Amino acid sequence: MASKKYDLVIRGGRVIDPALGFGRDACVLVKEGRIAAIEAETAAVKKMLRSFDENQIVDAAGKLVVPGLIDIHVHLREPGNEGAETIYTGCRAAAAGGFTSICCMPNTNPRIDSQETVRFIQDRAKGCDARVYVAGAITKNIEGQELAEIGDLVKMGAVAITDDGHYVQNPEIMRRALQYARMFNIPVAQHAEDNFLCEGGVMNESPESARLGMKGRPAVGEEIAINRDLALCRLTESRLHIQHVSTRRGVEAIRWAKKQGIRVTAEACPHHFVLTDDEIGKRFDTNLKVNPPIRTREDCAALIEGLVDGTIDCIASDHAPHSIESKDSEFDQAPSGMIGLETTLALVKTYLIDKGYLNWADAIRKMTISPARIFGLPGGTLEVGAPADIAIIDPEKKWTVKAENFRSRSRNSAFIGWKLSGKAAVTILGGRVVYSA
Amino acid sequence: MSRLSSRHLLGLEDVPKEDITMILDAAETFREVLDREIKKLPTLRGITVLNLFYEPSTRTRISFELAEKRLSADTINFTKATSSVTKGESLRDTVQNIEAMKLDMCVVRHASVGVPYYLTQCMDANIINAGDGTHEHPTQALLDMFTIRKIYGKIEGLRVVLLGDVMHSRVIRSNIWGLKTMGASVALCAPSTLIPHGVEVFGCDVYTHLDEALDGADVVNIMRIQLERQKAGLFPSQREYTNLFGINQARLKRLNKNYTIMHPGPMNRGVEVTSDVADSERSVILDQVTNGQAVRMAVLYLLSGRKEEQE
Repeated sequence: MASKKYDLVIRGGRVIDPALGFGRDACVLVKEGRIAAIEAETAAVKKMLRSFDENQIVDAAGKLVVPGLIDIHVHLREPGNEGAETIYTGCRAAAAGGFTSICCMPNTNPRIDSQETVRFIQDRAKGCDARVYVAGAITKNIEGQELAEIGDLVKMGAVAITDDGHYVQNPEIMRRALQYARMFNIPVAQHAEDNFLCEGGVMNESPESARLGMKGRPAVGEEIAINRDLALCRLTESRLHIQHVSTRRGVEAIRWAKKQGIRVTAEACPHHFVLTDDEIGKRFDTNLKVNPPIRTREDCAALIEGLVDGTIDCIASDHAPHSIESKDSEFDQAPSGMIGLETTLALVKTYLIDKGYLNWADAIRKMTISPARIFGLPGGTLEVGAPADIAIIDPEKKWTVKAENFRSRSRNSAFIGWKLSGKAAVTILGGRVVYSA
Repeated sequence: MSRLSSRHLLGLEDVPKEDITMILDAAETFREVLDREIKKLPTLRGITVLNLFYEPSTRTRISFELAEKRLSADTINFTKATSSVTKGESLRDTVQNIEAMKLDMCVVRHASVGVPYYLTQCMDANIINAGDGTHEHPTQALLDMFTIRKIYGKIEGLRVVLLGDVMHSRVIRSNIWGLKTMGASVALCAPSTLIPHGVEVFGCDVYTHLDEALDGADVVNIMRIQLERQKAGLFPSQREYTNLFGINQARLKRLNKNYTIMHPGPMNRGVEVTSDVADSERSVILDQVTNGQAVRMAVLYLLSGRKEEQE
């Protein structure tokens, strides 16, 4: 006899929902793909659960039950580079990492600068293991010259605009983008690295780049880019989102701006607060090549400080798949970027929670409700009536990152071989189990 | 017999003093051979060496090839322009295909930093770095040190000025590590725009005024200044570079009496050094070239036959 009142129950786990300020043991009840109730497992509830079929019960004993994680910085590579990732495989990777909503970046081929491409992605994402939101381009073909048809993109469902991978170098264009985006109440997300200072650089400019003789991407390139945009954001009273902050002075600029009331938000990526540039010379691992580059210990510490004090609002992966073939090359010839959907949660657990910087509620906030609010996405909470997007986390699960276990089509992780703690055990999307470890 | 601590020569940064000494000592023997009427030894008979040159080179390529031939090795010369690289073949596939024809050692010159290390992950051959991008050029630094040691009988305690494009010079990087390991005092001198951010990592004295750098120095090793750096906006003109950083007779007064002028070539006469200095009796520029062969023979000899399982 199956329960008719509910479709699914997640019992035995500790439910953490920062949006609700909720954090205790409870059952999460799901009906018709939505959260129906969160109840303590009282005698009455226990009795009710007896009417559930075995396949209606997810046992979360010893685990954390949290809103499905949200990653607002993901490259899905489709259309155009399906050898590296597809929308289908990217969503499978997301599910394995505990993510139920992701926002894909527009630097596909063709770029996401027209309604047709937005619609194509939405069609391809139907039935996949995660909800896919779309960030449209700021400028036509991401060339930084003329505004894309932003109104059209928003009408089609784009939740933000960005030329990610490229800084909008022309301040006049960026000013107009911020002004224009304000009409639609969407944020302008910026990859903040000044082209003139950073172009051609393959790693952080530092004693390490001096030692190796590699062309550096200086931290000041990010500092200048962020500060310019903060000034433009203040002028336009628009919403600016700084993607993948990587430098100490970048964090400081954003902290200052927030105090001034400038409407800026920021994200940090695990590779930027975990990895340092002295790793590069050891094996010239092209998986360590990423833009902005991995920096220094001091920068990592500043990013963590920014995450702790709220200067940095959310954690994103900047999941950037590249084929094995393209990464198996000379360091300076390799494309930039690394995958992250399947390691982000564990890196947050191992390097932020276990080290005492964030507690689980803070960390989950930065991976759920906080990014949801920045990009205006539904979800990120377990409140009654919300879509039943749920991540069940095995908080102390020890595991080793292995290339062959990635669900992403690509393998370009700098963390292969690393021993990490914490892993998604079950991921539920709209009441449907899409991943089970 | 004592052996080098590695089966490859990728750079000098991590090479211990004992290894450098062993190479320089072996080079002494080979240097004598070069003065004989018959300049050939059977040392590397049966060994096949690939000279993998992805970048143009005159001196280094010929020097290696001659060194190999004088040691009776079989040599294969690869140049990028005439290879399947132009058909899009990857570096890994290129070297693995050549290695499938059975080779033992690989001398590599490539524009990308880290390629010699990358090759150790692609093939079993002993890898010798003949210059990787702006990173290292270890045999050039070894021949520079060999030349210095021949003149002064030692390296330790000497003051050596490395003059020129510190930011982009692989010769300077290798010289820094080698000279410091051998106990020399190393000064770097360049326009401030050609000194990389983070230069303190080298632990050298850094000068932006030539006269100060030359004060009390024994050796000046002058690097070629490349015109494309001026185009990149790193200094205003060749003329101004010569005025501020060019070596001429008048400037040499600052040096110790027993000074030596070096240049790894190719030389821009009249730019970084005047002809009268380059051709003076204090200049050892051509000796460097001759010594280079002996040093390369020594490196080839000491690395040959070293297999993975011996590590």
